[in-house]
Amino acid sequence: MWRVGTVIALHDETAAARTITLEVPDWPGHLAGQHVDVRLTAPDGYSAVRSYSIASAPNPEGRVELTVERLPDGEVSPYLTQEVAVSDRLELRGPIGGWFVWRTQQTESIQLIAGGSGIVPLMAMIRSRAAAGNTAPFRLLYSVREPRAVFYNDELQALSDQDRSVVVTYAYTRAAPKDWPRPPGRIDAALIANTTWPSHLVPTCYVCGPTSFVENAAGFLSASGNRPDRIRTERFGPTGERK
Amino acid sequence: MGTISRGFSGRRSTADAKLPPGQYLTTDFPVLSAGPTPHVPLERWEFTINEGTDVLRRWNWKSFRGLSTENFTVDLHCVTRWSKLGTHWEGVSLDTLFAEVKTDAEYALVHSYGDYTTNLPLDDLMNKQAWIAFRFDDEDLAPEHGGPARLLVPHLYLWKSAKWVRGITLMHQDQPGFWEALGYHNYGDPWREQRYWGD
Repeated sequence: MWRVGTVIALHDETAAARTITLEVPDWPGHLAGQHVDVRLTAPDGYSAVRSYSIASAPNPEGRVELTVERLPDGEVSPYLTQEVAVSDRLELRGPIGGWFVWRTQQTESIQLIAGGSGIVPLMAMIRSRAAAGNTAPFRLLYSVREPRAVFYNDELQALSDQDRSVVVTYAYTRAAPKDWPRPPGRIDAALIANTTWPSHLVPTCYVCGPTSFVENAAGFLSASGNRPDRIRTERFGPTGERK
Repeated sequence: MGTISRGFSGRRSTADAKLPPGQYLTTDFPVLSAGPTPHVPLERWEFTINEGTDVLRRWNWKSFRGLSTENFTVDLHCVTRWSKLGTHWEGVSLDTLFAEVKTDAEYALVHSYGDYTTNLPLDDLMNKQAWIAFRFDDEDLAPEHGGPARLLVPHLYLWKSAKWVRGITLMHQDQPGFWEALGYHNYGDPWREQRYWGD
């Protein structure tokens, strides 16, 4: 069933990514980590649909935030990041997905690992935890190209300042801030071992990002003793246009 | 027709005409899976056809690779909306694997290393519709695409084509698999756009 949401706010996260806040009157509610299908329709009836992760925590107001990264050769993401204006209407379907989700009843340690725009569904989990007053210990390892490519920077800073059980570690792949302890580079076994929960705590791990990133991160988690059934992954390929 | 998106014209291609509804064409090969990629050593690999604890047929890698194989070219349609046309595979037809199996079961639950499952009617695995594939584009199937061996049932959405396959359980009553229990359609015909529950 397709629903119509109205764009009530737009916010640029980075030069290439924008958060779209939609108000959806009959929204059935969602869980942190789920996604929606967004459908664009041209005047002649041609339509294109892509999936995007929900960034917002579950809320009673029927608000759905999507953070969309523009892909240079994308069909839908350029429209969503450049054309859409406040008060436009967008069709969406969902929420979809019952596996890559975090529920507010969960109390175990949580390890989040994001690659680039893979932060979006993980941010929904962090926001959901805060909104519910859940005290489960969270760690986020966020691998990102450079400081200016970070999404939700101020909010992540504020959340981890207020609550010592949310720990955020950044890992930069191309350019790090001055005096950053780790030289820019892809995630590796040492980084995973040093910044994620010890496996004996049996954390539930959520890994989201591009295919090769997720492949590597999930592999390092397994190798450091995490049980495969506690590692949940969400991948997007170059054409997946997920997120 | 749905709500018109102001200022959207889209990017149509003639190839889209050959695609199931709501799909778009890709030339690369995206990966979708729910957890870490299992790495299954060939010496430990086995494949069974069973009725629960009753194993009807069992192959190890050597005996499996001793079966006659087929080269086939098929189109793939993923529920996440990409389609990839004309992919080349080598594998063993399910007709070959089931040649000596006598059963009146109507449903199958496919099991994978890593505990993934997917369900489908047994008829959909028969009559040149399904293979256990071990080579893609003339190379051994990479682990992230399901190697050493994966099921291919290309007339259904790709989540039915279980990667890292290790067995098929025959059942008299249908039972939802992993994604089928989590909101995805029980059958998954791309031409009828059966993506989610309720489609």
